[in-house]
Amino acid sequence: MRNGKVDAIVIGAGHNGLICAAYLARAGKKVLVLERRHLVGGAAVTEEIVPGFKFSEFSYVVSLLRPEIIRELDLPGHGLQILPLESTVTPMLDGNYLAAWGDHDETRRELYRHSPLDADAYDEFGILMHHMAHAVKPIIGMMPPDPTSLSPRELLSLGKLGGHMRSLGARKFYALHKLMTMSSADYLDEWFETDVLKATKSASGIIGTFMGPRSPGSAYVLLHHYMGEIDGAFRAWGFQKGGTGGVSDAIAGAAKRLGAEIKLEAPVGRVIVKNGRASGVALENGDEYHADIVVSGLDPKRTFLKLVEERELPGDFVANIKRFKTRGSSGKVNLALSELPRLTCMEPENIARWKGVPIPPERYLRGAISISPTMDYVERAYDDAKHGSFSKRPYMDVVIPSMIDPEMAPPGQHVMSIFCQYAPFAIEGGWDDAKREAFGDAVIDALAVHAPNIKSAIIARQVLTPADIERITGLTEGNIFQGELALDQLFFLRPAPGYAKYRTPVDGFYQCGSGTHPGGGIMGASGRLAALTILGERS
Amino acid sequence: MLKTTPFHPRTAALMEAQQWRRWAGFLAASAYEMSHEREYHAIRNSAALFDVSPLYKYHLRGRDATRLLDRVVTRNVAKCQPCQVMYTPWCDPRGKVIDDGTLHRFGEDNYRLTSADPNLRWLHQNARGMQVEIEDASERVASLSLQGPLSRSILEHAVGRDLGALKFFRLTNATIGGVSVVISRTGYTGDLGYEVWMDASEALPVWDALVVHGKPYGITPAGMLALDIARIEAGLILLDVDYVSARKALIPGQLSSPFELALGWTVSIDKQPFNGKPALAREKADGPSWSLMGLEIDWLTLERLYEDMGLAPRVAAAASRVSVPVYDGSKQVGYATSSAWSPLLKRYIALAHLEASSATPGKELEFEITVEHRRKRATARVRKLPFYDPARKRS
Ligand SMILES: Cc1cc2nc3c(=O)[nH]c(=O)nc-3n(C[C@H](O)[C@H](O)[C@H](O)COP(=O)(O)OP(=O)(O)OC[C@H]3O[C@@H](n4cnc5c(N)ncnc54)[C@H](O)[C@@H]3O)c2cc1C
Repeated sequence: MRNGKVDAIVIGAGHNGLICAAYLARAGKKVLVLERRHLVGGAAVTEEIVPGFKFSEFSYVVSLLRPEIIRELDLPGHGLQILPLESTVTPMLDGNYLAAWGDHDETRRELYRHSPLDADAYDEFGILMHHMAHAVKPIIGMMPPDPTSLSPRELLSLGKLGGHMRSLGARKFYALHKLMTMSSADYLDEWFETDVLKATKSASGIIGTFMGPRSPGSAYVLLHHYMGEIDGAFRAWGFQKGGTGGVSDAIAGAAKRLGAEIKLEAPVGRVIVKNGRASGVALENGDEYHADIVVSGLDPKRTFLKLVEERELPGDFVANIKRFKTRGSSGKVNLALSELPRLTCMEPENIARWKGVPIPPERYLRGAISISPTMDYVERAYDDAKHGSFSKRPYMDVVIPSMIDPEMAPPGQHVMSIFCQYAPFAIEGGWDDAKREAFGDAVIDALAVHAPNIKSAIIARQVLTPADIERITGLTEGNIFQGELALDQLFFLRPAPGYAKYRTPVDGFYQCGSGTHPGGGIMGASGRLAALTILGERS
Repeated sequence: MLKTTPFHPRTAALMEAQQWRRWAGFLAASAYEMSHEREYHAIRNSAALFDVSPLYKYHLRGRDATRLLDRVVTRNVAKCQPCQVMYTPWCDPRGKVIDDGTLHRFGEDNYRLTSADPNLRWLHQNARGMQVEIEDASERVASLSLQGPLSRSILEHAVGRDLGALKFFRLTNATIGGVSVVISRTGYTGDLGYEVWMDASEALPVWDALVVHGKPYGITPAGMLALDIARIEAGLILLDVDYVSARKALIPGQLSSPFELALGWTVSIDKQPFNGKPALAREKADGPSWSLMGLEIDWLTLERLYEDMGLAPRVAAAASRVSVPVYDGSKQVGYATSSAWSPLLKRYIALAHLEASSATPGKELEFEITVEHRRKRATARVRKLPFYDPARKRS
């Protein structure tokens, strides 16, 4: 294959690159995937960092993965197995707690304990979000039209979008408009009175962004995370058997079965451009591979500012890409544990004190623990980041994968995944080992407030700052979505006006990562749509 | 974990086959005995005792209680006398039904509203600026329903006085087993029957007294399977089965107006403004496009369909909540949402939503039925509701 020629080269074996490769191969193209690391998956990998303990190192839960991809690539046939993650418990500062269970009646009963009105509102809110997700869903599966173009095809596509918007009716249209523009805090204030409920819900509006719950625009991210919940037969958030890497392995398996070749430890140094046309890539070691189709699964900054020489690109385009916001704000702490944590708030005496319903620890530990006790807590966590440091008291989303899949850790022992915000990439003075450990300590301290036995249970820990995320996965500034999900970076603006359709200014060169429409998370939509675009142009 | 009602110590002891279901987050008996048959016949033959505590109940007190209720429900609340009960639906601003229940007027400014779904937030949203206290009494108040031809005799023994003066849809205070209760002459069976309301902390003595006094009259604790058949015979609709709440509907086709649910009689279009009034006034003038009607499946054609397979006709003992298409020739003109074999009427009956043009009593339609894994159509005739309406219900 060295110096050989294939039909298409995909740079980067993130899940989107793999999906793109699989679809191209399915259409009969000879495809070569080149991955920098020793394993596929990008931000969706499982690694045994501590012997015997498997970490879903970066992303840890799955919900957005498009059903059509699961079906068309027969991912269950290649090992996709999503196990339910049913509940969320939020410990509060006064010792009380808020739980959301998998069962509607149980959740209602728990909410009622906090606010009878919110118990009613919760159902209505759920129905509205269902409506909204349903309204936005066609947009996600749609190629973003170019609003400035007058070509009949673009106008037709714009018309379809307009028609879709009109078909929503006034009520839903206004609600959608609110969601697109408001802060998640304001949006939730219109519905609920229970602060801890709003804090916990608002958290999904800040994930992966450099926004606080009170920043306008955060409400949309809330919706982005609801998106996975509307495909009836599919569950909401789930956990892949064997960790998130299992999703990537399943996609890689499907791609290989369809004939794609995946080459590991093959970092691409540059895209070879001749006369404004891409003709292949050169690895960092100088090896060259040739193809008429070159697709990048990397984020837009890496794709255009590192792999392509600036002179091959229009100046305004380069300026747009440089401005594309990739401010990383999330960190991750993965723990190997000798025993399960115990939440003080879920001890039987404490539950009785707050008149809650007794729940055995095995049950709530199978779900998520959200460290989002108040709206102020989450907003304050953001304030720290705004001023250039990591949150002293971070927002955290904690899961114990070994409670769901016992094979994640040695029998009786456990792994814990802690997703935390905020850890700004642009920390004052830059990240170093001391700051990383201080950040890890802050995370553990903040968790120990609610689970005092955590410290003594830790066998080993892996702390990942945005700088580490960038170093390991290549995500610029450690931004988990390859670029923020902000309104000015979505749809026909993702990643740059005029280039939202997986094309680039270089002929034959395409992009397929989360940095393109419809955006981040383990969704796969951009990988698939990119492949369909390429095939549409070159069949 | 599901909640248990205040009667759980008694009902759990009676449960023979662990046939529980959930109702509004509570554990509710489907049937106590191995089959619900005897429990059903108690409703029409002696007296059946139901634990209906999971009902949502709201108490409204204060100067604006009447105003609030009049804004929310479609009936004219100002006309409801103290000690009167009104059955009523309530609508959203589009005039589509959110829920239905009974409204009990205790005094000038003192009411109880029962409902199938939670409505606390809805009441609060409608009460802005009003002087009214809204209490969610769902768990504070327990309730029993005693239904059947002998229910009055049992209750008279239990309260120690004549109840002949308690008319249909009226209520009275009384004492049972030393506990003060409210007795309303209401129910969900279309039969002579009463509902007994008490503080949850004093529920058990009431149950015990009723059982003691009811024994000579064949009082029979009964579950939801028996009730379901009786309410279909009585033509009484059930939320989430016969209609979708306007709050939960995902598409316009899932909405129903009171007129479409045969509840046009509950819409007091001339009273002060209330939720949905303009839309309802329009619909009243134009006529609804759908009607809830009875359907009676013709036994002879049913028999023939089974005979073609070499079988004798068979119907399930329990009511069905599966939606069934209804045809007029090749065209689907509606769907039946509840159906049951009525052991009393010896008829196979259904509640059906029919396009207005097909909703004429006597009209012959076709009801889809599966015989030995094959879809067939049986002849069915449109009937006025209710199917069963004994004189004793009101006398
Ligand atoms: C800490 C963290 C937690 C997250 N949690 C979740 C979650 O729970 N649920 C969820 O849905 N999403 C989550 N996400 C987001 C999600 O993981 C990403 O949006 C998604 O995985 C991105 O996939 P991708 O294929 O678009 O790109 P990537 O995964 O970034 O793939 C790019 C690939 O290109 C490779 N590469 C880079 N440079 C080169 C080069 N020069 N040559 C060859 N290969 C190269 C990289 O090694 C990588 O494999 C999380 C992300 C992070 C970082």
